[in-house]
Amino acid sequence: MMAVSKKEITQDMFQPAVIDKSLQEQVSGPSIGFWSDGFRRLRKNKAAMVSAFIILLIVIMALVGPHMSKYGIDDQDLKRSNLPPRISALANIHWLPFDGKNEQGVDVYKERGIKQDLWFGADKLGRDLWTRVWKGTQISLFIAVVAAAADLIIGVAYGGISAYFGGQVDNIMQRILEVLNGIPNLVIIILLIIVMQPGIPAIILAIAMTGWIGMARIIRGEVLKLKNLEFVLAARTLGASDSRIISKHMVPNTMSMIIIHTMFSVPGAIFFEAFLSFIGLGLQPPKASLGVLINEGYKMLSLHPYQALFPGVIISLLLICFNIFGDGLRDAFDPKLRQ
Amino acid sequence: MGRYIVQRIIYMIVTMFVIVALTFFSMKLLPGTPYKNQEKLSPEMIELLNHKYGLDKPLPVQFVKYVGDLLKGDLGVSFQFDGRPVTEIIGERLPVSADLGFEAMVIGLVFGLLLGIIAGLRRNTVWDYGSMIVAVIGVSVPSFVLAQLMQYYFAVKHHWLPVAYWEGPAYHILPDIALGFGPVATIARYMRTAMVDTLNQDYIEMARAKGLSRPAVTFKHAVRNSLIPIVTIVGPMAVNLMTGVLVIENIFAIPGIGDQFVTSVYTNDYPMIMGTTIMYSVAFIVVVFIVDLLYGVIDPRIRLAGGES
Repeated sequence: MMAVSKKEITQDMFQPAVIDKSLQEQVSGPSIGFWSDGFRRLRKNKAAMVSAFIILLIVIMALVGPHMSKYGIDDQDLKRSNLPPRISALANIHWLPFDGKNEQGVDVYKERGIKQDLWFGADKLGRDLWTRVWKGTQISLFIAVVAAAADLIIGVAYGGISAYFGGQVDNIMQRILEVLNGIPNLVIIILLIIVMQPGIPAIILAIAMTGWIGMARIIRGEVLKLKNLEFVLAARTLGASDSRIISKHMVPNTMSMIIIHTMFSVPGAIFFEAFLSFIGLGLQPPKASLGVLINEGYKMLSLHPYQALFPGVIISLLLICFNIFGDGLRDAFDPKLRQ
Repeated sequence: MGRYIVQRIIYMIVTMFVIVALTFFSMKLLPGTPYKNQEKLSPEMIELLNHKYGLDKPLPVQFVKYVGDLLKGDLGVSFQFDGRPVTEIIGERLPVSADLGFEAMVIGLVFGLLLGIIAGLRRNTVWDYGSMIVAVIGVSVPSFVLAQLMQYYFAVKHHWLPVAYWEGPAYHILPDIALGFGPVATIARYMRTAMVDTLNQDYIEMARAKGLSRPAVTFKHAVRNSLIPIVTIVGPMAVNLMTGVLVIENIFAIPGIGDQFVTSVYTNDYPMIMGTTIMYSVAFIVVVFIVDLLYGVIDPRIRLAGGES
């Protein structure tokens, strides 16, 4: 019988499975959290990744670039005055501006007997523009990052306190905000800079003072929404203190909004610094920032256009990449766009 | 509605008061005296002059007088133009700036809407990507960089268009485009999003099902409904244009209020700076107010009282 019924399936071949209650909760496959999901989405966005790479490249050049040339940002030499850019390796590519010839097609390097290549040329005082442009980028980035960080701290604190405590506190803080918001940014910035000496602290303070309002509003909206949710109520019922609820529940849940908004306030600050320097309220020469360099280059535009070209291209690249990367971050992390 | 308007007007007055106070006290913080050749004046003479102009009175009294003058439309006299009233100079230059701003706005609306509509209708095609690349560039590249590039290429190098000044239609082209490119980009982006949203609505499907022609669906239903969110960005954009005017006028030597402002900054002409600042603030506040009122008229869904967040 055994031999014949090899294929036959009988009852006693089965045995009941052990029901393990502890395994009931187990989910197959690793769970994907909010952050890793967002990053996965971000990595798929090619434009955003390319932008991030370019931003990184510019940041590295801003740090390393000034040390690559042997000239400092204020080393003047009239022999090099208005020297066009030259990179010997690229000199034969005619559509690139690196052939060392001026607008009339004269090879200025040969004429003045200069052996050394100045990659971005020199300005009217013979200062090396390579050093100045990268140093300027460094200063512009520094101003933008510090200003954005200040925006973030003030905005999050103001918006968070206003929404979290609510009631009369919220009412008064919102009325103040409404009046402040009515004052044009430009007015505050100009008054501040006229009263303070134009310089890095004045610019940072001016940008930070006007930039935090947007952040405060977003955070207030988020916190208002969050504080009525069950998990916050549960935490409060369990006796969690205000500071614990804020740091453990409110901040992590608003983090994505904070990061997205900061990503857009950095290019805003870069633009404002350049704008202020361009109208003469920013850094004063010989200090360099992208705005100062664009302004100096603009004065020589008709004769030596390359002097405005390099800072102009770098600021445009930076702003375009920050905007694309910011868009990518928003698409990846903004819960409203999730389906 | 009536209550809302009254409330907003009160806010506007408070805001204006804060701005005037800020400008006034910042002026007082500045070093030196407001007189020419101050190093030649003896302390006694400065005292006499101060008495003559009421500058020896306590600050609050001076402030009340300043506000009083302001309400009468007196913004003081310019240092730079030998005592010409600030209001006169502003009145002379404002129309030019308004002209420039208006033309840039028109360019922004026409080309921005066009690009946005095309991108929205032809989603994920070359048209869409092309429009959006233009839009990202327009949003990012500062107007003063773009203006320089165009000025060099079209005017200095090829002599196709005048380099600067404000004399005939040809002189308007470069500044208008330089200033209008940002609005084109912003409007195109918003319009594309709005078009995509609208085209997914049920009523569009309904209109198609009824057998309406493509143009009828596109223009009567999709475009018209997509225009609502555009109104909300026109206000902030007008304000941005006011900032852009400053540098564009400077670059193209256009005799408007922005060019005057930059010159005043360079020459420390404080009454002129303050006068322009106050005028700019008034314009800003009024524009924002009008736009807020317009929202309610155009889209009844927007609650004017502005509830939570």
